[in-house]
Order: sequence, then C-alpha cells, then structure tokens
Amino acid sequence: MRATINRDRRTFLKAGTAAGGGLAIGFYLPGAARVAEAAAGEAKLNAFVRIGTDGKVTVVCGQSEMGQGCHNALSMLIAEELEVELKNVHIEQGGIDPAFGNPRYIGFKAVGGFQATGGSSSVRNLGPVARRAGAAARFMLVSAGAERMQVLRSECVAENGFVIHKPSGRKVSYGSVANDAAKMVAPDEPALKPRSEFKILGKSTPRHDLPLKVTGKPIYGLDVKRPGMLTATIAKCPVFGGKVRSFNAERALKVPGVRKVVQVSSGVAVVADSFWAAKKGRDALEVTWDEGPMAKVSSPDLYKSWAELAKRPTAAERLKTGDVGAALASGLLRLERVYEVPFLAHACMEPMNASAHFKGDSVEIWAPTQAQSWNQHWVSQLTGLPPKAITVHTTYLGGGFGRRLESDYVLDAVETSRAAGNVPVKVVWTREDDLQHDFYRPASYNLVQAATGQDGMPTAWRHRIVGTSILQYFKTFAHFLRKDGLDPTSVQGAADYFPYDIPNVHVDYVNNNPGVPSGFWRSVGNSQNGFVLESFVDELAHATGKDPYQYRRQLLSKPHAARLRGVLDLAAERAGWGKPLSAGVHRGIAAHFAYGGYCAQVAEVSVAHDGTLKVHRVVAAIDSGWVVNPDMLKYQVEGAIYYGLSAALYGEITIRNGRVEQSNFDNYKMLRMDGMPKVEVHILEGQGEQGGGGEPGVPPTAPAVCNAIYAATGKRIRKLPIKPEMLRT
Amino acid sequence: MATALTLNVNGRTHKLSVDDPGTPLLWVLRDNLGLMGTRYGCGVALCGACVVHVNGEPVRSCNMQVSEVAGRKITTIEGLSRGGTHPLQKAWVAEEVPQCGYCQSGQIMSAAALLAKNKSPSDAEIEKAMEGHICTCGTYNRIRKAIHTAAAMLRKGA
Repeated sequence: MRATINRDRRTFLKAGTAAGGGLAIGFYLPGAARVAEAAAGEAKLNAFVRIGTDGKVTVVCGQSEMGQGCHNALSMLIAEELEVELKNVHIEQGGIDPAFGNPRYIGFKAVGGFQATGGSSSVRNLGPVARRAGAAARFMLVSAGAERMQVLRSECVAENGFVIHKPSGRKVSYGSVANDAAKMVAPDEPALKPRSEFKILGKSTPRHDLPLKVTGKPIYGLDVKRPGMLTATIAKCPVFGGKVRSFNAERALKVPGVRKVVQVSSGVAVVADSFWAAKKGRDALEVTWDEGPMAKVSSPDLYKSWAELAKRPTAAERLKTGDVGAALASGLLRLERVYEVPFLAHACMEPMNASAHFKGDSVEIWAPTQAQSWNQHWVSQLTGLPPKAITVHTTYLGGGFGRRLESDYVLDAVETSRAAGNVPVKVVWTREDDLQHDFYRPASYNLVQAATGQDGMPTAWRHRIVGTSILQYFKTFAHFLRKDGLDPTSVQGAADYFPYDIPNVHVDYVNNNPGVPSGFWRSVGNSQNGFVLESFVDELAHATGKDPYQYRRQLLSKPHAARLRGVLDLAAERAGWGKPLSAGVHRGIAAHFAYGGYCAQVAEVSVAHDGTLKVHRVVAAIDSGWVVNPDMLKYQVEGAIYYGLSAALYGEITIRNGRVEQSNFDNYKMLRMDGMPKVEVHILEGQGEQGGGGEPGVPPTAPAVCNAIYAATGKRIRKLPIKPEMLRT
Repeated sequence: MATALTLNVNGRTHKLSVDDPGTPLLWVLRDNLGLMGTRYGCGVALCGACVVHVNGEPVRSCNMQVSEVAGRKITTIEGLSRGGTHPLQKAWVAEEVPQCGYCQSGQIMSAAALLAKNKSPSDAEIEKAMEGHICTCGTYNRIRKAIHTAAAMLRKGA
C-alpha cells in the first residue's frame, strides 16, 4: 500500500486491501501524525468505498443521515465514478475515522477532528472527495483488469462492474481483479467523468432507507440495545447554569426497577432497568438546586436591555462601506424600525438521547449525532482518555437541525455510565428535557435604518444586531469568537453576503447574553437576519411606492447578486407575480442566500378579520449549482419551508426566572397537516459553484409570509412569531 | 409486587410481568417486548409518534396504561403487514414520504385505521384523522398524497 499526498485538497488518497479481501479506498488528512496513524491502520483500511472479491460494492458514509439524504447522494457520486449501478451499491454507516473528515471543517480548524454533518456540506464539500474515491477505484480496477487480460490499459473501459477490453469484447469483473487492484498505487488525480457522461448524477433517485422507515426498524438512537444496558433519566436544574446543591435519593431508590442514583455534571441521574422506572424514579427524587444568577432573568428584561444596547454609539463592526451617517442624514426618506426574533427550540422528533459504555480505559458510544469528532474530543476532555480510545457508533437521527452538533447529551451518557459503575447506559431525555435544555436559536433585537434617494432606491442601510451568541457556547469553534464579541454566526446573512446594491452600509453587533444556551438551528444566523433584511427591504419598497419584486430586482444588480436575482425571477414567474389571485389572497416575496444556496419564495396568504392567518401556497426557486439528486433537493426545500413556517407561526421559547416556560408540543407548537401550505419547488440549475440543500430554504419563508400579510392587511410584522392578535382588523 | 399481564401483540400472546401496571403501553412495547418501531416523541399524546392499534382503533400508546389493554388486540407497525406490504407502506415508499422517518410509524398507523373504515377519504377527512401528528421534516403534503394513493390501491383490491 502506498499513499499519495494531494496537498491542495488537504486530503490524500489511500488504497489498500479491504477487510475480508478486495479493494478499499480511503482518504486521510495530511500531517505526520495522521500519516503514521494511517500507515498503522493499513490492515484495517475501511473507508469510503470497498469492492469485495465477490464484486460487492459498499459505500461507507461517515456523514450522519438525519433525513437529508446525504447517504444516497454520496453513494450516487461514488457509483457514478466507479461505473456501477446504484442498485448494486450497499450503503453502510461509517464509524469514527479521520478518513471521514469533512473538508468544510478542515477549513474551519475546529478542535478535535473534522467528522461532522452540518452547514449543508455533505454534497458540496464531501462530494468531491467521494467522486475522487470512486474515480480512483475505477482507475485501479481498469488497470488491474487490463493486466489480467494482458491487454493495453488504453483499450479498456469500465462499465457496470466490469472491465471491458473494447477491441476483443473480453471482460473481467471488478470482483475478480479487486485484490490485484488493491496492490496498486492509487492515482494522485484520478480523472473525473465529465457531466455529459453522467448516468446517475442529476437524476432523481429515491432514498434507500424508505423500506426501513415504513416498517419501524430499530434504526434510531433510542432503539440501541446492548447486553446489560440500563436506562437513565437525568434531573437537570430548571434554571440555566444552576447546580446541584444536594439531593435525597431515598424515595427514588424505592421505585421498583431503579438501580442507582448518581450525580453527573448536568444534574442527578436515575439509572434503572427501563425508561419508565427511570422516569418514575426521577419524579420521586428530591434535589435542592443552587439556581445561580440566571434565576433573576426573564425574557422581557433581555429585550429591554437589548433595546438600550442598540443605542450604543459603537459595537463590533462587521460590514462598513461608504458613510452611512452622512447618507442617513441627507436621505430623502428615512426609515427606522425595530425587529425582534425569539429563541427557538429544535424540537427534533427523536428527543435527545445517547448510549455509552465507559470501560475504564476506553469508551464506546452509540448516538444519533451530527458530530462524531467533536463528541470524541469532548469525551476525551471529560475522561482524560486519548481520542482513539473513544469509539462513536452513529445511528440514524430522528431529526438533527443543528441540535445534534452539540455533545451535551453524549457527555450525559458517558458520565452516567462511569458514575453507575462502568455499565452500559442509555440516557433518555423526555420531551420536556429536550425543549427546556436545548441550545436555542439566538434571540435578537435589530435596529435597522435606511434612507432613500430621489429614485426611491436606498442610499444608506444600517443594521445593529443585539443578541445572544452561538460561539459563546459552542466551544469547538470558540476561536472564531472575536475579542470584541463579534460572533460571525450572529451577523450571518446580514453582513457576510450583502446582496443589495446600496452605497453606504453599516452592520454591527452587540453580543449580550446573561446565560441562555444558544446553538446552531437550521440555517443559523440566516434564519433571523434573512427575516430582518427581507422584511425591511419590503418596507422600503412599499414606502417608496414600488413593487416589492421589482424593487428587489433593481437592488440585485451587482454581479455577485446575479444568482439571487435569478431565483427571484424564477419564483416570481412561477408564482404568477402580478397576476390576479382569488379574493382575499395576497402575495409576499423574499430571497436570501445561505450555505451556498440561493433561494427565493413567494407566499400566498389570506387573513380573516379575527386575525386567523392561512398560508395557501409557497412557491420556491433554488439555485444550489449542479444538483446530484433533484427530488432530494426539492424535499429538503419543502422541509425547510415547513421548518421556517412553523417557527414563524408558533416558535417562541420564553424565559421566566431563568427557566424555559415551554415544556411540550402543547405550548411549543409545531405546524400540523391542516396548516401546511401547498409547496412548489423549482430548481434553477446554474453553472455556478455547488451549494447546500438543507438550509437555504429556511430563511425566505418567514419574510415572504410576513410580506404577504402586509399586502393583505397593511400590518407589518416586526416581531416573531406571528400571533393572531397582531392581525385582527 | 410485580403485576403479571397477558398482552396480545401482533397476533402473538406475551406473558410478562411489569413493576408498575400504570406503565404506558409504549414503554412495555419498547423495553419489555423489544418492539422499537413505536416511537417516543412527547409522552403526553401530543405528537402521534407512538400510535398503535388497540382492537383496530388508533391509540396513543404513550399515555395508555398497559393494564388497560391487557387481553385486547394490539397491532404495532411491526405487525401491520408482512415485509412492509400494506398498501400504505407501499404508497409511503412510492411517494417517498419519509425524511428522517421518526414519526412515520405513528403516521402510518393512524392512516391505516382511517383506511380500514373509509377507503375514499377526502382531504378534510385525512386532515382530521392525522391532526394529532407532528412531522418536523414537514412531509405532510406527501403523507396526504400517499394516503390517497393507498386508498386507490385498496379500492382496486390491492
């Protein structure tokens, strides 16, 4: 086995013998330690793609499958380059391995390795890696096949799992030459197929896991079973940051089935034979908490203090062009508005959970996780064990949405297993735990100001964001938090890509949070900033008497905004912008760029006199570059629209005396079938850089709906969620 | 102190003992019988992830005490058909309904109870039957379509 280093792509390709024989292709990160590790792992090379001596092709995905379809997409990419039929490809969830490093995070220099699934990155960042793996395997198999047939390599082609010698028509199967191929040198830069020759990519292909998911197969984290495994629930302080002062386990231990009650960092764990015993034991447990300073904090106080901070003369600056102060002063029309967005929970259908077995010198973890490497890192920090002693088995995820990038629930399981005497333990969070101990989508207070010139177009744009920071909590990326408090995720979508052609722009940020855990939530900063931008632009259009679509169009005149203008046009066209609607139905439009994807949406709504809002239809257009699996992208945009709409209509986590007031789906509502609008997704497949699929569809939904509400009622929604009392006429 | 129970699940009789006769059926299915297809989502009958049939009626197993269903005929997603051949399961695959898939067992069980009584449900009837369910992947439109597809299969005698 030899390794080929490919410095510019930060990974090097390695070929070797698969466990059980045949060819295996993997990737490793550069750096002496990694190379040494990779060399030591020669005998068990087991990454990305394996071709068995029986011809069986196995694609091993290190990425987490949470419904977004990345396992399918990666398999399609490999199958295409390898020249095998997708139906003959077996898909396997990979373990934790440096080979599965996600180039997105390699670039980010996150601590603790790079295997994680987030930022709509699986296809656009790992796709090129997957294609190289498939192409390298094909190259080597063709070489081995030509050698076997004793013919010129140049006369051979790969087709449907065979190496074919074109002049004679003779052929050998991949399986029969897989062992020979494994002895060859992996090509440094295997030639990738041109798009014109794609047979699989670009064609809608159903996900392979549908049969599993309609028959109730045990595939999620909560379904994990290990010999001797116990189940635990953890009593956590209802106040953020609170600690256990003391606890009395007497009554809990009397509950039949309860084995142990142990203290862990996040609270007191009740370990039992079953979930129900663990829950009853927790109900019987008496804990006295030291609630800490957050016990004095409530949501209204936060917004009040943020309103003050918004007036501060200076803040952490992110974007500054021209002279906003002067332009505001000299503008013909000046508009100043405040937009507020709430904390949001993720509400994954599968509540947080993880299973772990701490064995003294090693730890084994089974988890529905988006962040294998970061779980491993933080478990290593907790236990003092080296990362390689920590194994993470990834299950399917019953929803992720960014919540499972965190490691808290995994640490719960590891600590509980250790404290309970090194026994395997599954820690299960109740729905109440899940909603009350989340890392919430940051809440923010936004002061926006604009001025327009003679033509009604804006000459100045000022956006001051005050709110909580994700990176203050997400220590894996802590180094991105600037000393002045600037958190790039908090200004994401407000400053990093500012699409509109406005000469004077100033965007800054005040990082303020007394202690509400904040985290990544599908589309991250774009979810709130997209709402602010696209609502305020709409206000400017109406204030200057312009059509909101045409106004945006004119503002998207710079080359860097061309793709956003493209989807804006497509959404407007497909929605029939400007054409009559049924009585009482009105349209709103919004467009936003997030995670490599450009998405515009037109929402059609009606509002009854009592304030009842009905969203009838959302028409979306998305440009995420060339598309691997068009239907899967459409499903992601449909899901994103749902997620954005549900949050816009209902999503609100409020804090009272340091506690989350919501507890379950009765007071943290999610949209149900009767409220789901018709959704149409149109793909604009451009030649531009490939973008993400899971997140870009979220940000435009809330503003498109609110802009439609304005068109319907003249009422401007500047505070989410939208409540019927705001809409009564 | 343990209570002996006889449960009829998916056509099989299970004799078991539980510490607490008030244990929700959901957790007996999952923890005692190892039937993991019935999912935990909320624990208080708000999301529908745990729907099973009891004597053919859709029931939230998360707030149904196991002692109440002893001796009654319980059907879970695992017992809905052999090998995923129920028209709804076929339709769910054909319409590519699931994303993360976590809520779908419960959705399918509610839909199956609906179609057992009504082979031509209207959109409104479907919405009524499915109103207790949450899917945070937002697959509702495909669910509705799949129910119509399955209903058509049933009408044709599939």
